[in-house]
Amino acid sequence: MKIAITVSGKTLDAPVDQRFGRAPVFILYDTKTRSSEAVDNSQNLNAAQGAGIQAAETISRLGAECLLTGHCGPKAFRTLSAAGVRVYNGASGTVAEAIAAFEAGKLAESSGADVDGHW
Amino acid sequence: MRELVVISGKGGTGKTSLTACFAVLAKQAVIADCDVDAADLHLVLTPRVVKREQFRSGHEAVIRPDLCRSCGLCREHCRLDAVQMHDGQSGRPRFSIDPVACEGCGVCVRFCPEHAIDFPERACGEWFVSDTRCGPMVHARLGIAAENSGKLVSLVRRQAREIAEREGRELLLVDGPPGIGCPVIASITGATAILAVTEPTLSGEHDLERVLALARHFGIPVSVCVNKWDLNPEMASRVEVRAASRGARIAGRVRYDRSVTAAQLQAMAAVELGGPAAEDIRNLWDTLNHFPGGKNASI
Amino acid sequence: MTVAIASGKGGTGKTTMAVNLALSLQGPVQLLDCDVEEPNCAIFLKPRIDASESVGIAVPHVDETFCDACGECGRFCRYHAIVSLKTTPLVFPELCHGCGGCALVCPTGAIHEELRSIGVIEQGVRGSILFTQGRLNVGEAMPVPLIRALKKKKRTDGIVLLDSPPGTSCPVIATLRGSDLVVLVTEPTPFGLNDLDLAVQTVRTLGMPFGVVINRSESGDDGVLRYCTKESIPILLEVPDERRVAEAYSRGETAVEALPHMRELFGIFAARITAELEACRRTPLPAAGR
Repeated sequence: MKIAITVSGKTLDAPVDQRFGRAPVFILYDTKTRSSEAVDNSQNLNAAQGAGIQAAETISRLGAECLLTGHCGPKAFRTLSAAGVRVYNGASGTVAEAIAAFEAGKLAESSGADVDGHW
Repeated sequence: MRELVVISGKGGTGKTSLTACFAVLAKQAVIADCDVDAADLHLVLTPRVVKREQFRSGHEAVIRPDLCRSCGLCREHCRLDAVQMHDGQSGRPRFSIDPVACEGCGVCVRFCPEHAIDFPERACGEWFVSDTRCGPMVHARLGIAAENSGKLVSLVRRQAREIAEREGRELLLVDGPPGIGCPVIASITGATAILAVTEPTLSGEHDLERVLALARHFGIPVSVCVNKWDLNPEMASRVEVRAASRGARIAGRVRYDRSVTAAQLQAMAAVELGGPAAEDIRNLWDTLNHFPGGKNASI
Repeated sequence: MTVAIASGKGGTGKTTMAVNLALSLQGPVQLLDCDVEEPNCAIFLKPRIDASESVGIAVPHVDETFCDACGECGRFCRYHAIVSLKTTPLVFPELCHGCGGCALVCPTGAIHEELRSIGVIEQGVRGSILFTQGRLNVGEAMPVPLIRALKKKKRTDGIVLLDSPPGTSCPVIATLRGSDLVVLVTEPTPFGLNDLDLAVQTVRTLGMPFGVVINRSESGDDGVLRYCTKESIPILLEVPDERRVAEAYSRGETAVEALPHMRELFGIFAARITAELEACRRTPLPAAGR
């Protein structure tokens, strides 16, 4: 399956970006083929409104089934849930470390947003 | 990082004067002026602009007269009364869009049968990153008659937070806008604490109620300060009792003192000039920083 | 005719001017409190409220039986208020501007609109003064649709006074649009002057005649006076900085009812406003200015 991880950087050893909506890049990782690609999210860096929603749409379009990130706001969370994407807040370290933690079952699936929304 | 946002509901209660004092007393804070359509904090903190950027947000519809066939469909669809009809030449009316009324929804653009409506991005203002004697400051100026003030507020806060994170500063001080609408909401979401500044008047009391309700709605702890309390001591107490019953903490009172205006006239914060109100403000700051619940838990 | 009372800076005395002016004008007067986020006129005017209505904006509702998740609505919306993924569209009503576009673009007619309440409009009377106010629900972000609905309650005879919110952005613009005269209230301080200049630029963009009222005059410096002289802006009134006025205000009393010399001062102000309106009537603005 494909999982998406927010990253401040472009590679697997870059740190997980803690903010979902405005993370500059997503890494899309295929757990079966173990391949990954970096997807640009810079359009949302300075989006005035709806960055989280837009980012959620991107994640959904990429076919990710899970999202690993630091924090996710309520509108983004609602959009991701509607798209059937499972959200794992609290991911940290490098992308590779976050993937390993996820695969080892160490990350808990989030049942809601863990930060307030912003405009 | 803690974030204290100073709001009021009612305008003119002294948010900016107090925030300027806090900036001086805090020494290591990042400062954000989120009153983007009537910013005044810079008049006291005298920032040196280091970076300035355009703020672009949303779109506006512009009719191309050379392509327009005067069908009037845009005017029929527009819910903002933004499409104006004027007498034109050769008996056909001319249509134009009032940029002040247009909200950039795109309906007219989409449904114009001649594709005669352009939809450029709107330049709504500017934002700045500056140095001040109290620390880095992020501020902005919303364009005249522009909208999207809430979004500009969000941008200012975001930039200020990034500076705080980058420089390891522990406190972000935000001078908020008046009211309870979108710029205020944009200035408080995710803050760690709110200080609501009010005055000992019926208007102040009424407006404070709504601000406290807003803070409750967003689940942010709020403290209250009655400014110019001695104009009506009975009302000051009443406001405090009411606020406390709504779950707010009473952080202190500041008396009416002309030296606050005198300081403003000299581009200084009241605590830099001294005087009775300055003393009250120092005590207020002290109280805000030492509410029970752990070190600096209140802010 | 309509007079809007506005300011750049909050707390300069708009409500004070609006209410005391309403009580001092001759003939039929309507006072509209357009500061829907924090309406205060009623505190001083103490009208008898006899009507109340809810105001809503139209937000989309999607009928799942007709929706085929084509995504047109989500692609159209500029505010991310409706988002269409592989499933039925999600609606974020708090982001919706009520433009109706999604319902129009939906190819299957799956979207209809329902009103979502954002606030109330209340009407009442105080003597011969008709009073109307709007109150935005706490937590609602957008005051403009409520202000627009409120202004539809303007009467067509006599003088209509609009108490505007502070600032220079969209709620103020929504209030000022269509006014015949704008009164900008300020205080003679650096903050007051800074924000007055912003308000002046705003009103000039809208192209309406305006004048300035200096409240608490002599409480600061002469910056505002010098600015108005330089910019050829008429000063319609100067109200002295008096503790008794502030105290009456704090108790919710109007200046004209609490202090006889204030009644006299506002009588002069009312005459001045009436004269200014006469002048406006005789030299109408070009259409583009409205």
